Amino acid sequence: MSTRAAAGRQGGVGEAISDVFFARPGLLTLLLLLPPLLWIGVVYIGSLIALLLQSFYSLDDFSGLVVHDFTLSTYGQLLEEANVGIIVRTVAMSALVTLACALIAFPIAYYAARYAKGWKKALFYLAVMMPLWSSYLVKVYAWKLILAKEGILTWIASGLGMTWLLEGLLALPVIGGPSLSFSYIGTFLVFVYVWIPYMILPIQAALERVPANLIEASADLGAEPSQTFWHVIYPLALPGIVAGSIFTFSLTLGDYIIPQIVGNSRLMIGQAVYTLQGTAGNIPLAAAFTVVPMVIMGFYLWMAKRMGAFDVL
Amino acid sequence: MSSDPKAPLGLRIAATGGLLLLHLPLLLIVVYAFTTEEKSFQFPPPGFTTKWFGIAWSERPDIWPPLFLSLKVAAIATCLALVLGTFAAAGLSRARFFGRETVSLLFVLPIALPGIITGISLRSAFDIMGLDFSTWTIVLGHATFCIVVVYNNAIARFRRLGGNLIEASMDLGANGLQTLYYVVLPQIGTALLAGGMLAFALSFDEVIVTTFTAGQQSTLPIWMLSELIRPRQRPVTNVVAVFVIVTTMVPILLAYYLTREGEHTGGSSK
Repeated sequence: MSTRAAAGRQGGVGEAISDVFFARPGLLTLLLLLPPLLWIGVVYIGSLIALLLQSFYSLDDFSGLVVHDFTLSTYGQLLEEANVGIIVRTVAMSALVTLACALIAFPIAYYAARYAKGWKKALFYLAVMMPLWSSYLVKVYAWKLILAKEGILTWIASGLGMTWLLEGLLALPVIGGPSLSFSYIGTFLVFVYVWIPYMILPIQAALERVPANLIEASADLGAEPSQTFWHVIYPLALPGIVAGSIFTFSLTLGDYIIPQIVGNSRLMIGQAVYTLQGTAGNIPLAAAFTVVPMVIMGFYLWMAKRMGAFDVL
Repeated sequence: MSSDPKAPLGLRIAATGGLLLLHLPLLLIVVYAFTTEEKSFQFPPPGFTTKWFGIAWSERPDIWPPLFLSLKVAAIATCLALVLGTFAAAGLSRARFFGRETVSLLFVLPIALPGIITGISLRSAFDIMGLDFSTWTIVLGHATFCIVVVYNNAIARFRRLGGNLIEASMDLGANGLQTLYYVVLPQIGTALLAGGMLAFALSFDEVIVTTFTAGQQSTLPIWMLSELIRPRQRPVTNVVAVFVIVTTMVPILLAYYLTREGEHTGGSSK
């Protein structure tokens, strides 16, 4: 602080600039916001618009070239049976993954918010942050190891004499497959594992805000613990769950790497987009496909905002 | 919070078990980095060896260029994100204009929408503009979603800081630049450092957007992805994975250390 007197002497330009900003606080705000807004506006929103425009073009079936005429026929192709299958499959997977993440994350978040204190709380927090920020590919890779036919799960199953259970699961129609790493069960497990931390943190943030005396009051008024949970804790935790589900849902919706590495050959939206824009060169259809998650997430974000989920992000 | 700190047994088991499950897969990778089995993911490993670390270091020159490219991209993207994210947070924390919510949503959009959308939009924009793939096309994508990370950290700190200190500084006769240098920067410094480190970790690890913006170039995650699809020496991939786990751990721990008071532990201080 004592150095300020020395710095005060620079005067001149500095004074002049700060006088201008002091007189017009809005100008400074504008100058601060302009560069990031330009960046997001030009690079991100500009690219999004470029993409959306392409979805109104179409691919010429004979030449394989993109026809630059306005048409809705590309969107029409989205309604073909195979493409509807891809969309339904992806949305169903996203919903199931979100549900599973919420179920597993809730006890962790609840414990961390209500019971963990001091170093235990820090430990819990770090234990969630580490897997959240550690490499996505490394996590997916770890599950390739776990789910492999010769891997640890098969080993554990045979050690416990439960090979029949594993084989029974894999024999199931639709979700089964030749081995866990080539089945929907495998894809589902990896998605749940990779996104769980995104669910824990917002739920914990929401639960932290539940005052302890609210729970005591509920007990004093004669509520059973389960009643307190469903009528007091759960409604207050809901914005956190919704906030977490934004991530789990959106991330599953657009992922194309996990189903490519662990899963069967049926495509999800992300994979469809990737192959369409790459080897197939059908950018219009790829662009139309990306509109699906955009619309779903737009609706989802609107709902989430109404439920107050953004306050705990 | 509660005067009764003992959690029900079921809850303790569910919470601890859940956390353990989050970490076991990462530990398993470490185990597999020492296996003698090269062709499959056999468990338990038939034997243990440390030779893969040596092989990864000296006999696989294909690892190094992707590693350096990743570091370079992450460094540039982080610097850009630091400037833009801080500006965004500073501007929005002062602003009281109509549509402020919309602007804040705009900054969060790149991580709220699936990464594949960011990736393919950028790629089609590059196509339209005739831009060739280079380090800069990767940086462009990374900086876009790194801004959010810095922004989130900075805005949390700005909210906690409030306007009082700045007003006090002005009242005591400091001009705007002096207030910035002596009051604002020391207060937000650690939040920026934390945001910067998280942005670095995010960029270093990103693969979904990068596959669209890299062209023929290979970052470390892209190298890893190609090893996952067409494995050459599986244990070497494990060694690199262990290296990645350790290098991302350091900035995360540091970021936590820098912001540990207040922002994350929310209600605990009450």
